[in-house]
Amino acid sequence: MIKKEMIAMLLAGGQGSRLGVLTSKVAKPAVAFGGKYRIIDFPLSNCINSGVDTVGVLTQYQPLRLNTHIGIGIPWDLDRNIGGVTVLPPYEKSSNSEWYTGTANAIYQNIDYMESFNPEYVLILSGDHIYKMDYEVMLDFHKANGADVTIAVMPVPLEEASRFGIVIADENRKIMDFEEKPANPRSNLASMGIYIFNWKTLKESLIAMAEQPALDFGKHVIPYCHGKGQPLYAYEFNGYWKDVGTLNSYWEANMELIDIVPEFNLYEEYWKIYTNSEILPPQYVSSDSVVERSIIGEGTDIYGKVYNSVIGCGVTIGAGTVVRDSIIMNNTCVQGGCELNKAIVAENVVIEDNVRLGVGEEAENDSAPHIYNHGIVTVGEKSVIPKGITVGKNTVISGVTTAEDYENSTLASGKTLIKAGE
Amino acid sequence: MTVRAIGIILAGGNNHRMKELSQKRAISAMPIAGSYRSIDFALSSMSNSKIQKVAVFTQYNSRSLNEHLSSSKWWDFGRKQGGLFVLTPAVTADSNNWYRGTADAIYQNLHFLKDSHEPYVVIASGDCVYKMDFNKLLEYHIEKKADITVVCRDMEPDANVERFGTVKMDADCRIEEFEEKPIVAKTNTISCGIYVIRRRQLIEMIERCAEEDRYDFVRDILIRYKDMKRIYGYKLKDYWRNIASVEDYFNTNMDFLKPEVRNYFFKQYPDVYSKVSDLPPAKYNVGSQVKNSLVSSGCIINGVVENSVLFKKSFIGNNCYIKNSIILNDVYIGDNTHIENCIVESRDTIRANSYHIGENGIKIVIERDERYVI
Repeated sequence: MIKKEMIAMLLAGGQGSRLGVLTSKVAKPAVAFGGKYRIIDFPLSNCINSGVDTVGVLTQYQPLRLNTHIGIGIPWDLDRNIGGVTVLPPYEKSSNSEWYTGTANAIYQNIDYMESFNPEYVLILSGDHIYKMDYEVMLDFHKANGADVTIAVMPVPLEEASRFGIVIADENRKIMDFEEKPANPRSNLASMGIYIFNWKTLKESLIAMAEQPALDFGKHVIPYCHGKGQPLYAYEFNGYWKDVGTLNSYWEANMELIDIVPEFNLYEEYWKIYTNSEILPPQYVSSDSVVERSIIGEGTDIYGKVYNSVIGCGVTIGAGTVVRDSIIMNNTCVQGGCELNKAIVAENVVIEDNVRLGVGEEAENDSAPHIYNHGIVTVGEKSVIPKGITVGKNTVISGVTTAEDYENSTLASGKTLIKAGE
Repeated sequence: MTVRAIGIILAGGNNHRMKELSQKRAISAMPIAGSYRSIDFALSSMSNSKIQKVAVFTQYNSRSLNEHLSSSKWWDFGRKQGGLFVLTPAVTADSNNWYRGTADAIYQNLHFLKDSHEPYVVIASGDCVYKMDFNKLLEYHIEKKADITVVCRDMEPDANVERFGTVKMDADCRIEEFEEKPIVAKTNTISCGIYVIRRRQLIEMIERCAEEDRYDFVRDILIRYKDMKRIYGYKLKDYWRNIASVEDYFNTNMDFLKPEVRNYFFKQYPDVYSKVSDLPPAKYNVGSQVKNSLVSSGCIINGVVENSVLFKKSFIGNNCYIKNSIILNDVYIGDNTHIENCIVESRDTIRANSYHIGENGIKIVIERDERYVI
């Protein structure tokens, strides 16, 4: 007889289009973060650290990297005889086959998976936030209040509240009302997209709402439960929680890790973050190098100068290269004599000798100014930038580029260079 | 490719020339190159050679090794077919002896050999740093129609070979002479302590040894059977180091500062595996100046580090000066400390303003001060 008190369903199928070329080939939860991690490591580690050992990961957009990363769950101790981690892609059915059309629709299509564990509670998570949270404490809160649904909320400054789904609760944290991105918010408690449902409640509402197109938790399921008068509670979380949905917030969250005592401290013994690290050897820093205010992953070789940066695993920084305020992901090679300023360079990129990134005056990006801004240079994975190229700010490069792709060996600020095949 | 051999790793010995470094751990559990333990090299070579069933014989300070071998997953031995077996001496109805020698260790675990079906056994020791494809060794062994093949290596002309077993081979590589730790070595070729032998042959020899109250594999099998059996040498030309003394240990770690050694072990196929410790990336704060050094995950550096190897989770305080030293795992070094030509023992807490210099050779620093742990 299989019985799990609480299982988790982790929504990891989204593209995260505001991360631009970083997510052109991988789902957002598989994007690298903090030198050696991927975003999904945070909710997965939270699960195992909270005693939740059964996790369904719902994938849809570009799942290859995610599948390889998760494997059978060994890094998170989620390789279990009963339970453990299961990757749940959309699948064909005898009738009505469809993609996951919304967050709740994805969960709805996996009712059988959840049922097989005979759970009391189901924890709904999303794979795109950086935080450490004990879901067991949230479950205790849920039980103590006799709630049907508990929503994790976090206080935000009132002036920013209009960007979030806002929850209005009474003094006992019982939810009275909701507002989705309100112009005049009545509360500062923002929903974090983390829910605990009584399994019966979840199953009943998903089946009742099944016909709703693009079935979504925030828009449909939660209001449905509230409308039926079921007790909904708001669980207030006051720790570090960061949405890394935009390039700038992604850049900022990485940079916060290099503070002397970062607000989000990876060096605590308690609450470890686990990841699938294929690279083990130590990093090498050469005689002519300078490394200051930076974090650097395993197996990286530094021959140049690195300031205020987050460098991944298996990276090479060549001699005479100066890297400032940048994020460089796993297995990227920056050859000699380069200069990188405020660049986000994805995995497996080759930047040849004497390339300069992020120089000159800022100019608005010509293709997607809402994505590429704050002066950041973004380089997509597996890109190649040939020798001697100078690249301005708010620029984006993706694909194997050659000298012919650049006018006067330059990509001016605000320009986009995405080669076909991307 | 079918599996043709099982593996035995001899990891039970101690060596007084490791001085204080072996007080709390087996030599096979010595940390190497920032992220590894010495037994990882033998285990990874076996795993990469598709050997699926491996026994590790432990005795001296076995706790340290058991901790490292807590799961066989990291070397890919967590299988239904085969697996990793850690075999310590046990009291049985017939015996209450410790392992009295390498052959005795095998004898006390003869069931491991008898219960296997693979035709060959690869025997290696856990205190060497190398990479090796045992399939090539096996092919050589079969081609030579050898009874035992011994992996050998030509040492540098100035090397001190008297602490090894030295061998002399004929033109066909058959071993003519084998001397264990000779007073004056006649050749520069040494045995690396890696052997391949047919499983049934080994069982037979070990049983005979036991009947005659002989316990040592080298003395009582290799040397004794030298003329009776076909014992061949297989020359290993790649990097190989034995870490039997403090100097060897220090130099082996320092070798990893050389690009060709790093390239051989870290970049070239196949990889060396180890237990994963899930530590965050190394952190370089303001004031850190690292030159020609290896830095492992979980380190936090606030001072100057030159020509050194920092193992996992070292903390280097402000205004420190670490030169030509090895800082083992989980060491805390307080501010304004000077460390030169030292090996700092793992889990040490070094008070601020300390001063340690190895004047004549390498100094081993063991300091057990209280540490405030969050």
